[in-house]
Amino acid sequence: MKLVLPNPGLDLRIPDYNDLERMDKEEAADRPKWDNKAQYILTCVGFCIGIGNVWRFPYLCQSHGGGAFLIPYLILLVLEGMPLLLMEFAIGQRLRKGSVGVWRAINPYLTGVGIASMLVSLLIGLYYNTLIAWIMWYLFNSFQEPLPWTQCPLNENRTGYIPECQQSSTVDYYFYRVTLDTTTSIAESGGIHWPMVVCLLAAWTFICACYIRGISTSGKAVYVTAILPYIVLAIFLIRGLTLKGAMNGVKFLFTPNVEELMNPTTWLDAGAQVFYAFSLAWGGLISFSSYNPVHNNCKQDAVILSAITGLTSIYAATVTYTIIGFRASEKYDNCISQNIRTLLNTFNLPEDSITETNYDSAYKHLNSTYPDIVLGLDIQICDMQKLLNEGVEGTGLAFIVFTEAITKMPGSPVWSVLFFVMLLCLGLSTLFGNIEGVVVPLKDLNVLPKKWPQEALTGVTCAFAFIISLLFAQQSGLYWVTLFDNFAGSVPLLTIGLFEMIAVVYIYGIDRFNEDIQFMIGHKPSIFWQASWRFFSPVIILVILVFYLVTQAQQELTYLVWDPNSDKFPVLASVPYPSWINAVIFLLAGVPSLVVPFYALCRLVYVTCKQKEQQNDKISHVP
Amino acid sequence: MLEKIILLLCCSCAVAQHLCTPDASDGYKVRLSIKTALEGQAYEWNENEMFLFRATLAFAMRNHIREQKFEVSNIIVCNETPRVSFWFVVTSPESTSVLIGKEDVEEAVRKSRNRINSAFLLTDKTLEFIGILPTLAAPVDPDTPPWLIVFGVVMGIVGAGIILLLVSSVVQKKRKNEMTDDEENCEETRVKTVENGSVGEGVYNMSFSDDERFTQM
Repeated sequence: MKLVLPNPGLDLRIPDYNDLERMDKEEAADRPKWDNKAQYILTCVGFCIGIGNVWRFPYLCQSHGGGAFLIPYLILLVLEGMPLLLMEFAIGQRLRKGSVGVWRAINPYLTGVGIASMLVSLLIGLYYNTLIAWIMWYLFNSFQEPLPWTQCPLNENRTGYIPECQQSSTVDYYFYRVTLDTTTSIAESGGIHWPMVVCLLAAWTFICACYIRGISTSGKAVYVTAILPYIVLAIFLIRGLTLKGAMNGVKFLFTPNVEELMNPTTWLDAGAQVFYAFSLAWGGLISFSSYNPVHNNCKQDAVILSAITGLTSIYAATVTYTIIGFRASEKYDNCISQNIRTLLNTFNLPEDSITETNYDSAYKHLNSTYPDIVLGLDIQICDMQKLLNEGVEGTGLAFIVFTEAITKMPGSPVWSVLFFVMLLCLGLSTLFGNIEGVVVPLKDLNVLPKKWPQEALTGVTCAFAFIISLLFAQQSGLYWVTLFDNFAGSVPLLTIGLFEMIAVVYIYGIDRFNEDIQFMIGHKPSIFWQASWRFFSPVIILVILVFYLVTQAQQELTYLVWDPNSDKFPVLASVPYPSWINAVIFLLAGVPSLVVPFYALCRLVYVTCKQKEQQNDKISHVP
Repeated sequence: MLEKIILLLCCSCAVAQHLCTPDASDGYKVRLSIKTALEGQAYEWNENEMFLFRATLAFAMRNHIREQKFEVSNIIVCNETPRVSFWFVVTSPESTSVLIGKEDVEEAVRKSRNRINSAFLLTDKTLEFIGILPTLAAPVDPDTPPWLIVFGVVMGIVGAGIILLLVSSVVQKKRKNEMTDDEENCEETRVKTVENGSVGEGVYNMSFSDDERFTQM
């Protein structure tokens, strides 16, 4: 297909092959570069494997048909994720610039794509680091026995526990009240919760220290942050498999339900998950690839990274569900014991008469003999499936389900420390890519002076981001984080990804791109890549984007609140957003997406004005 | 004479039984869960254990009301079930038809709860006095929150790391500046000796490459 939009002056803006060869040989000192290939691969792996692999993928897998979900996930991984990945790697390696520089080089009107990437990276980085702050809080509090989330505080006359804690659970109370001190709605800010400020400070200082000299410091840090999670997952896998009920969880996760494949939401969720899992359109991957030597085999890298991401997702899901299975099993046993105790106490039967094995028959017998009394006893129905379904996703999984499960393991502080160190490493390695996607464009756009040393750039960016993220240290911070998670990290990324594909395929020119890849790695990409870049990937992204917008527009915007006074407490109540939230959502999702056409328009206006001025000058100079 | 004594005893027993009934206003229900607490080492509940219970309770009453000397016979038990639960009332040592009030019994049990529990190798949960809530142990609350200590350690290390990196980069720059001063002196002599057309000795000057090719906004 020869469909390429006219793009004058492209050759003047990008280095040609001779320049690239020369740059490769001379090893220019002003541009940072990787110490070795392993650092690059580990940084990319760390960037792609984030907290979402632990707490989003297992939930999606289990709720969309278990083992059957792997089919759309793997198909879309190959058709959508891998081509976009190679495209970002190759364009970065070829044009040797960060995200703003690359799009500006392809066409100055496209600089908006780079700016949008930077804005999205900034917004995501703000709330992501808040999650890291919460993880750090839990990590700092894990160095004590017993763990603080195993106990409820007592009420005034010391005869019982605080009602909020009594009605929900110790872990719920610890997360919502002690850690966050949540208000009941996003409109009530409630003031700053100072332990959170302290943790945010720790988080931003930590990331600043790791990235202070750019990739020369973060490249060393990834040796720990990218490899440690795998080790900890292995330890948890072994521990998890030896726990009672673990296999229930794993079976529940992977039991295939092939009918779910007919449901379009399954495919949409799989596509969205692949897109976010690869951290595409953040700008970080382009930046990282631009530090590679010119003849680095980026195609191999893309395939390796896709394989690692897919396998890690499945691995993390297995570990997560062994723990969830253990927790469900414990809760089920507790439920049955409680019922047995109630029955024994009411009917004054000897202790051993009802055990777990004969519970059902004994219950039926008692129910038929004394139905009225049994009815008044409020016997709970213990349903293992329902308990397994309480798997939950997101912050609920890490801070409530997992912390509860850990308290039941012997030696809980050790497991707690290990778990939260793993989450910390997963989050940090993603943040490195994030910060890269913010600092480098700021430098390219001359917002930060180029003369400043890397340390100053990192320091200023981190300080600025810390001040903005104090928004999340409020008592309503949890709701803000959820808002950002839902809107800043969804539509803008899909839009930018779409624009990127169009830019490379139709404005830069797919033929030129193929030649570049042939120059860099020695052979042209095969028909699979051609078909995906030209057709499959853009279509898939477009379909996901349209469906997402349509479903969002149809739903009323609601969110879940922690309200001790609501009827359904301790289940989170679903409450509609206040009307001013629409403005915030527009800022989060609309502004980055619209920056692309807006910038092109502004530039068009500016250029036409300048041309008119020049023409006027020429006319006035004609004698 | 003998018949009178027997009659008196029977009467007193009957009266005693009359005092102890389930849901008595001054009585409490007790429930023991021996098998749950002790599993393999559980003992059988028999008359001797009941005697121990009555003796322990008399001890508790004596501890609480110091003036009166309670005996085992003052603790009356009834309505024993296979669950091992029963009701008890406490009579006054001075007159066996008068019951000690609920509040006093509750206070006595509360004070000596630990001793009563340990006599039976049980806990507050497995030896229940229905209606007397155990005072819960306060949660462990250290003076300095441990998390501040860990936070302090981590921030100290991170801060030291940042300072180290900054200092080392400043030192490196100073060294580089000194070296480039030396190099510039050498370069001037070298450039002069380059012949026309020979590229070997010259130093490629990066400032004239790529950046200028990018169109500015």
